[in-house]
Amino acid sequence: MNRDQRFTNLVAYFILLAGSFLMLAPFFWTISTSFKTQEHVFDLPPKWIPDPFTFINYLDVWNKAPLLTGFMNSAIIVVCVLSVGLFVSAMAAYAFSKFEFPFKEVIFICLLGTMMIPYSVVMIPQFIGFSYLNWVDTLLPLIVPGLFGNIVTIFFFRQFMQGSIPTELIDAAKIDGASFFRTFIIIALPIAKPAIAAQAALGFMGIWNDFLGPVIYLHSPEVQTIQVLIASLQSNYISQANYPKLMSASLIALAPVVLVFFFCQRYFIESLSISGLKG
Amino acid sequence: MTNTRILTGFKRREMIWSYSFIAIPVIGFFIFGLAPLMSSLVLSFMDWDLITPAKWNGTENYKEMVLDEKFYKSLYNTFYLLIGIPIGMFFSLLLAILMNRKLKGISFLRTIYYIPVISPIIAVSLLWQWLLNYDYGLINDWIWKIFGIQGPNWLGDPNWIKPSFVLMGLWGGIGGTMVLYLAGLQAISSVYYEAAEVDGASRWHRLRYITFPLLSPIHFFVVVMGIIGTFQSFSQMYILATDGGPEYSGATIVFYIFSEAFKYFNMGYASAVAWVLGILILILTLIQFKLSKRWVYHE
Repeated sequence: MNRDQRFTNLVAYFILLAGSFLMLAPFFWTISTSFKTQEHVFDLPPKWIPDPFTFINYLDVWNKAPLLTGFMNSAIIVVCVLSVGLFVSAMAAYAFSKFEFPFKEVIFICLLGTMMIPYSVVMIPQFIGFSYLNWVDTLLPLIVPGLFGNIVTIFFFRQFMQGSIPTELIDAAKIDGASFFRTFIIIALPIAKPAIAAQAALGFMGIWNDFLGPVIYLHSPEVQTIQVLIASLQSNYISQANYPKLMSASLIALAPVVLVFFFCQRYFIESLSISGLKG
Repeated sequence: MTNTRILTGFKRREMIWSYSFIAIPVIGFFIFGLAPLMSSLVLSFMDWDLITPAKWNGTENYKEMVLDEKFYKSLYNTFYLLIGIPIGMFFSLLLAILMNRKLKGISFLRTIYYIPVISPIIAVSLLWQWLLNYDYGLINDWIWKIFGIQGPNWLGDPNWIKPSFVLMGLWGGIGGTMVLYLAGLQAISSVYYEAAEVDGASRWHRLRYITFPLLSPIHFFVVVMGIIGTFQSFSQMYILATDGGPEYSGATIVFYIFSEAFKYFNMGYASAVAWVLGILILILTLIQFKLSKRWVYHE
């Protein structure tokens, strides 16, 4: 490495570090605020190290708002939608990627077309439909549509399966007398594992962070997801402008996602390369 | 003879299996895609508050929309937010170029930039509500310390609420776009740069005539997804612009549809606005694809 290059690297390092500080500052500021008392939060100039330092905001918010119920509701939706939805999507992707049948392309294009429909266009009729079923204020409107699979996931799985499942392997299994369904279970699913993990990670983030759907359907606190609960915190549970409590609640809501992200980072990066954007 | 019959029988069975494998998503497509889409179109020509019986009112909803100031405001606000896309692309590309070298701790830095992307938008909006506080917020404190002037009333001033959303969007989105660009940069073969070096191309020329065009599929992807995403933004407005913000300057189209449908229960009118939004997104995307033939470079 010559001197010129070393100098560029140093400058790059410096800018990236400065930038990462800007990225993290809002979080540090939030953490700092969450440990302050309400009297000291409006101190000027603002202090980064809380003095006095208190945990009371976390305890208070946890006791006043049903945050645990919120976590449970979000988790129920995530688990139901991902376990069934991913399986269903993988089945469809297997058929689309490895077999020939009439109207295959047309059906696939039609499904892809739904990607173009904004949620705000279908949300009103969906709401009316679900209210006829008396499903408003339950988790069902947020779970049931997800059980039918997701076209983005199907598309992603199809790309992956086309490239990585050898047709000879399926043929060999068929000669050995394996049924269609069995070839899917013993060949396709194991090979598609990395793709499934990537979509599970992405799906978790998407469902956990979703807001528009839940805020339309979930009105009573006992069915609300964590996002809806946090959003209604100021009007229902804590006084307006109580920033220490508000910030501690936001951090509680943020923590699981950041943790999952740290543990599953690999899958996020993989999903990027599978989707073909990497080259 | 028997052989072909076995084969066709086998093929037929396989076909039936295939159809049964795609059946569930196809049924879902009809129930949750096509049927609501069509009903929404019909609804847009009706007047319905969910309580009294629905009434056919022809094109009244669309006429009302043309005269509604809130509709124009939310449309304008939504378009305004699009300026975040080129700004975000600039910074993301810059970061990706800086990051595209073998340095210690690069993957850790990448993770840091990515955290805002995965953070729930509601928690993030609450966080920014505090950061952008007029008197005590961190942003205005920095502005005071660096420039010695009082910062704007970000969320309370009709002129500053949209820049607030753009700022927040940049913070939350740069990491995602950066990762895309980074992947794109790593896919560019070093042969191009070596050839350019032999020809004596400057650093700027290499960036301008090699890197930039070769990243065009990613520029395209980012622009298309950015427009679709911006046109669907809602959650941050719900938190930061109560009732649409000062003078409705913080409301987006989806926010407007949401309030018409689920606050005032104007189901027909809201459906009409939603259809206009859907068609707008479709037209903008088609224009993008049309234009892309001129500037997107495929190897």
